[in-house]
Amino acid sequence: MQKESEMIRSKIWKEEAETDNPFAAKACYCHGYDVYGDLLGKISWPEYIYLLFKGEAATKNQADYLERISIILANPGLRDHSVRAAMNSGVGGSTSASSLIAAIATGSGNLNGGREIYIAIRAWEECGQNIDNWKAYFKNLQKNNRVGVWKDIEHPPGFDLYGVSCATPVKQALESLKENQASNNISWLHKNRSALESIVNCPLSITGVIAAAFFDLEMSAEKSEILYMILRLPGAAAHSLEQKRYGWKHFPFFKNGITLIEKNDK
Amino acid sequence: MINNKSQLDKLFEYEKQWVTSLGKFFPEEKVVFHGKNLFKDLKDMHWLHLLLFGITGRFFEKNQIKLFESMWVICASYPDPRIWVNRVAALAGTARSTGIVGVGAATSVFEASIYGGGPIIGSIDFIIKLKEKLESGSDVETVIKEELKKSRGIAGYGRPIANEDERLKPILELAENLNMHTGEHVKLAFLVEEKLKIIQGPWALKMNIAALIGALAADQNLTANEFYHFMSLSSSVGIVSCFVDANNKPEGAFFPLRCERIKYEGVNKRKWDTERGKN
Repeated sequence: MQKESEMIRSKIWKEEAETDNPFAAKACYCHGYDVYGDLLGKISWPEYIYLLFKGEAATKNQADYLERISIILANPGLRDHSVRAAMNSGVGGSTSASSLIAAIATGSGNLNGGREIYIAIRAWEECGQNIDNWKAYFKNLQKNNRVGVWKDIEHPPGFDLYGVSCATPVKQALESLKENQASNNISWLHKNRSALESIVNCPLSITGVIAAAFFDLEMSAEKSEILYMILRLPGAAAHSLEQKRYGWKHFPFFKNGITLIEKNDK
Repeated sequence: MINNKSQLDKLFEYEKQWVTSLGKFFPEEKVVFHGKNLFKDLKDMHWLHLLLFGITGRFFEKNQIKLFESMWVICASYPDPRIWVNRVAALAGTARSTGIVGVGAATSVFEASIYGGGPIIGSIDFIIKLKEKLESGSDVETVIKEELKKSRGIAGYGRPIANEDERLKPILELAENLNMHTGEHVKLAFLVEEKLKIIQGPWALKMNIAALIGALAADQNLTANEFYHFMSLSSSVGIVSCFVDANNKPEGAFFPLRCERIKYEGVNKRKWDTERGKN
């Protein structure tokens, strides 16, 4: 290797090369653990994900907690915006990659997407387990008057703008996570759900549950945002493939759905 | 208690119809676009004019289209695969992904905070608000200092990799030829650079292309959001070209990395403890 070669720095990943080929790895280490020589066969998927993002081995409770989060998120259901985007890719016969890209893009935003999780985690960092802090937070949740690539969030993060009462799966997810001893903020949320819902006048949503759960795992806002997007992809993928088989003729086109009105001249 | 039924009623309403003035496709007949017939009224339009029309619903003069087109031609589509967005396309090309998927992914990367989408919207937003603040009596140095304090920088000033921005001169020359270089926002963009020299001394941030094209666009009455959307595909030529170049060469040939190129800075080797963490 030339001495002046630029390097990629990493605290996560190390590789040792085969003796006959500097481009082939003989051993790969994730945060010090030999992935193929030691971890494989001993470590579960949630444990490996936790190790990748946190740099340390999860406790049994943390691994179980992340597994529950993963199952809650694995399929948002086919009415979800991100899954609909993936299915749109499928029905037209687009590539598998485009299905996932469509799901990630659509599931990245302020409404039930990765950015809502990011905003909600920042809210947890600011408010903690103090109902008065949350009251003040929601009261001040207004336009920050700065144009950026993100629009200001248009509903209380973690709550369902269009909800009438807390949906059963949201309550079931909350109950399930509460069973785990890692559930500090989730327990607080469980206890204070009604009070928070009264403040914002809409019910807790699954994003509110997941944000609290990631906060329990001491995941940063950025890590929570990206993990949320990853963990929701299996459902998008499965539904995209399913609709690809059905084809576009069996998928809504909203044939009579558009009402064209006069353009207001600016 | 939640009393949110009015929101649910909105969903019932939304469910029925998508009400819009943007346009509609009438199969086997016509396409209406902002009230115009695409095949009759708009068929001779320059593509970038159609893009601006789609975003704003407004028509533009020939000179304006020339100015906006130059922003795409000169500013955001270098044929160099080391540039981050282009590198995504080149990696997709060398790894034998498909053209549109590679281009789509690279385009999304253009929405960066140190270049591309972030500075593009940030700089025009700053210069429009600066003008408004000055008109209501604020002092330019005060506004700059406040922005530096709040954002630790000013969008459109400073640049990664290089100090000087080689795009300023050709864009400015073109704007001069079109007589579009003397607008209030452009003047302010240069004034900000002068003030930064006074405030920051020898390490002052210099103007980059985002500040100039943002100011030029603002002088043509584009809002910050309109300009951001207009520039969203501006890196596409560099991206597509870099995909094609890598895709035409042997697979895996684009800057392969040997294992040694990873500079590991993490914890030492350790063994997995299957008995770890009982709770």
